[in-house]
Amino acid sequence: MTDLNLLLLQTVTGIALGSVYALLAIGLSLIFGMLTVVNFAHGAYFMVGAYIGVYVLSATGSFFASLLAVFFSTGLFGLLTERVLVRPLYGRGPDYPLLLTFGLSYVIIDVIRIIFGVEGLQSSTPAALQGSVNIGIGYFPIYRLFLIAAAAVIITALWLFIEKSRYGLIIRAGARDPEIVRILGIDVAKVWLLVFGLGTAIAGLSGVLAAPIRTVTPEMGIPVLVESFVVTVVGGMGSIGGAVIAGLLVGVVYSLTALYAPALAELSIFALMALVLVVRPQGLFGREGLME
Amino acid sequence: MSETNIRRRKLLLSAAAAATTPFWINSVRAQEGPIRIGYPVPLTGPYAAEAKDQVQGAELAIMEFNESGGLNGRKCELLVRDTKLSPGEAATRTLELIEKDKANFIVGSLSSSVQLAVNNVAKERRIIYSSISQSDTINEVKDWSPYTFHEAMNPTMTAGAVGRYVFPKYGKRIAFLTADYAYGHEMVKGFQRAGKPFGVETLIDIRHPIGASDYSTFLPRIMSLKPDILFFCNFGRDLISSIKQAGDFGLKNNTRFVTPQLTLTARLAGGSDVFDGVIGGATYYWRLEDTVPSAKAFNDKYRKAYAGAVPSDFSALGYSSVRAILTAARNAGSTDSDKVSTALRQLKYDFTKGPEYYRNCDHQAVQSVLVIESKSKNMKDKNDVFDIVAIEKPDESHLRSCQELGHKA
Amino acid sequence: MEGAPSRTPYRLIATQVSRHRVAAVIAFLVVLPWLTPSHALAANILIFGLYAVGFNLLFGYTGLLSFGHAAFLGSGSYATGVVMVHYGWPWWLAIPAGITLAALIGLCMGYLVIRSRGIYFAMVTLALGQCVYFAFYKAEAITGGENGLRGVNVETIDLLGWKLDFQDPITKYFVMLVFVAAALWFVSRLLASPFGAVLESVRENEKRAAACGYDVARTKLLAFVISAAICGLAGALRALHLSIVPIDSLHYLTSGQVVMMSLLGGMGTFFGPFVGAATILWVEDVATILTKSWQLVVGVIFIIFVLFFPRGIWGSFLHWLGRR
Repeated sequence: MTDLNLLLLQTVTGIALGSVYALLAIGLSLIFGMLTVVNFAHGAYFMVGAYIGVYVLSATGSFFASLLAVFFSTGLFGLLTERVLVRPLYGRGPDYPLLLTFGLSYVIIDVIRIIFGVEGLQSSTPAALQGSVNIGIGYFPIYRLFLIAAAAVIITALWLFIEKSRYGLIIRAGARDPEIVRILGIDVAKVWLLVFGLGTAIAGLSGVLAAPIRTVTPEMGIPVLVESFVVTVVGGMGSIGGAVIAGLLVGVVYSLTALYAPALAELSIFALMALVLVVRPQGLFGREGLME
Repeated sequence: MSETNIRRRKLLLSAAAAATTPFWINSVRAQEGPIRIGYPVPLTGPYAAEAKDQVQGAELAIMEFNESGGLNGRKCELLVRDTKLSPGEAATRTLELIEKDKANFIVGSLSSSVQLAVNNVAKERRIIYSSISQSDTINEVKDWSPYTFHEAMNPTMTAGAVGRYVFPKYGKRIAFLTADYAYGHEMVKGFQRAGKPFGVETLIDIRHPIGASDYSTFLPRIMSLKPDILFFCNFGRDLISSIKQAGDFGLKNNTRFVTPQLTLTARLAGGSDVFDGVIGGATYYWRLEDTVPSAKAFNDKYRKAYAGAVPSDFSALGYSSVRAILTAARNAGSTDSDKVSTALRQLKYDFTKGPEYYRNCDHQAVQSVLVIESKSKNMKDKNDVFDIVAIEKPDESHLRSCQELGHKA
Repeated sequence: MEGAPSRTPYRLIATQVSRHRVAAVIAFLVVLPWLTPSHALAANILIFGLYAVGFNLLFGYTGLLSFGHAAFLGSGSYATGVVMVHYGWPWWLAIPAGITLAALIGLCMGYLVIRSRGIYFAMVTLALGQCVYFAFYKAEAITGGENGLRGVNVETIDLLGWKLDFQDPITKYFVMLVFVAAALWFVSRLLASPFGAVLESVRENEKRAAACGYDVARTKLLAFVISAAICGLAGALRALHLSIVPIDSLHYLTSGQVVMMSLLGGMGTFFGPFVGAATILWVEDVATILTKSWQLVVGVIFIIFVLFFPRGIWGSFLHWLGRR
């Protein structure tokens, strides 16, 4: 294996890693950009998605069915959360939803422990996607290639939804100026409900997609939450394009640091975030003035 | 010193009284009433399953002790506390156990940092602490005290035994994927120490952050080096995730996967495919009952107490550490720290896995080390997941010498 | 009623408590060890209460939400521990060492972050806090790395021939209380001073404060450093209390913990942070012994408070007193 091939392989590895980051960050960024809610329970939805996914997969044997089941169940769970817990807090400043979702993540994690036990679930790669394949620069796991493709499909679908559909138009307008949208006679509360549900559904999807390569445990969402916060902030809070680009960037930076200085890999993403914010305080693609 | 005296002293904050009884804790620790063993273990968090086994093992030992009459009629009780796997929390809980619950002994913990924290609090107050978690540091003179005992194996002996088994068999070009903390570092040193006489060559030692969720970024470089053996010097979920992901990359085809500690709990959580062919060390494995009578006796008692469950490494450690302390207390006829410490040093015991004893200079339990291989075929039942491929007999020469650790003798 | 509501007994208590706030807090802390289930818990409340007070100076009074304050608690602990373990300094000299290092790190960090605002301020402090975490993690020879620093042992304290047994939990508690009381007095004086008024004006409206001729950036930086120093003192005391310094004292979860404590207790009130720290630690302590699902209990309490008592525990109490 030549050095160049190793570098390329490492980059592809970083992209696969980054695609999970990107998916998670999109959900966070959507919810923040629209609702100015810093969702501390995002990692918990990721974990719930992985659990439901593994459970449905073992019950039905169909990976596709598990994806659908997770999308709708975590989405519905998100809708409920917004309607019952988050909605009463609008207008009180961003600290309160933060505290609430923090408490909620504790509750979700413990409920999962009570239902499924503390040990976690065994999760295996779907049979068709097992093994590794030579991609010209070396062997790479098939499932991780699938992961990149799946993330691309989800992101494209979301982009089409937001850019081309009528709902997307309202969401974009609502993110710019909720007052105007309200004056135009649109029920902003419904839009926010939808956005929260969409954000959590995508978090759940990233959970089920990550399940086959990680250990599915009640705590699996905790490190993920911080990583996706970093990505969201680097990309600029509220910017979906920013979340995708920053997700891939963070994945690749982590991966290349892991190649040359593995001990610094974990630090690298925080250093990147500090650097970006000191130079450009609103993030790469963020608007100025949010949450001051 | 009477109770009212203590209370008055507390109220007055009288320094004079404190000065006359500098070691107030020992003086108020009851020599009658129930014997209390404080047991800080990580009941919640990633090692909850292992902690549950630790508790079951300890409770079995206590049940036996009480049923056989206790210490001249004094019964023993176990005070289980959750460390949440955090050294700060563990230190607080240990203070509570000693100060408020008046624990006579402390046993437990499952992590390098937590056991060192518990040890520091206990030794300052001259309370015996028996650790059931791997560590080399706790043997060294800086952390050690006459009240510190180490029931678990240490990385030097574990990695040593595994290394001596795998190097001649699978090759000398080795690579490490190591969790970046004391446990990982000590295991790497243990393997390299054992590998020296075989002339092994370390190609790379990659340090990954502890608790990482994705290991893919560390794997391409290891693949490009094509090592004979890849050592996973990490534990629990880190081990499961990294072995699984390395398998996905196809690394298993040309490289043998080895880990210093292969536990029943990890193997059951990870599944047979993930672990197939992985070799590792173990304190205990229940199939030891085929050859060792004390293992058979221990398994039978355990099965009877816990609805047919077989003990894991952690059950065995919890059991033998508590039983050793209680046996020593009986031999000493007292729960006094100094007397029990002396009795423990003189103890020769065989509770679960053949003969053991505590080395005098550092109180390390000298014991046999099992080398096991994970299998996916010919399994008798769901717990029959390993083959014992080698057993290294208890041997002080496999430990670092007392001088090396900074002890006098 | 009748035009003199301030004379009702409740209002009177409220006014008196807020007038003599330091005395009131200290009175509470003096009896605390006999109220908590264990002395070790009381000491933790003392330490984390001070940590929250230091944090609240920045968050509650200046309006800056930091997610990196563990850096100050931790560096205070480590500096104190390191000079004692490796250089044999006496404990009373080690405490100022802890405060100094925390303040220095606060100065460097503050210099970098003071430009950021809102959620970005929180995130830069988080990132820099992580950098501090890794620096201490990697300096294994000095800090013990992941194993933490052990051996911060104080057996007896010699006050001009007057020997105190520092291993007696009550003695230890009251020695620490002396430092905490001094810090509380200092914070109270600071808030009552003109500087305190500037801080609040920065929180309320930064642009107006600047227009009034105050150097907003310098004020913020100074608040940041003072806040760091107080958290450093809390850290120094924690090292003495636990006799170890765990690496997780620098972890971002420890930063998050203090945010939660301040919010739950009531940000921007003098006593609120202490109430928040006491509540969280107390509930956790009791719930942990009763059930393995302690996080469920803590989580539900959080949710209830956020939904129904948004001013925090102490803030709601003061509000209730004020309305009577």
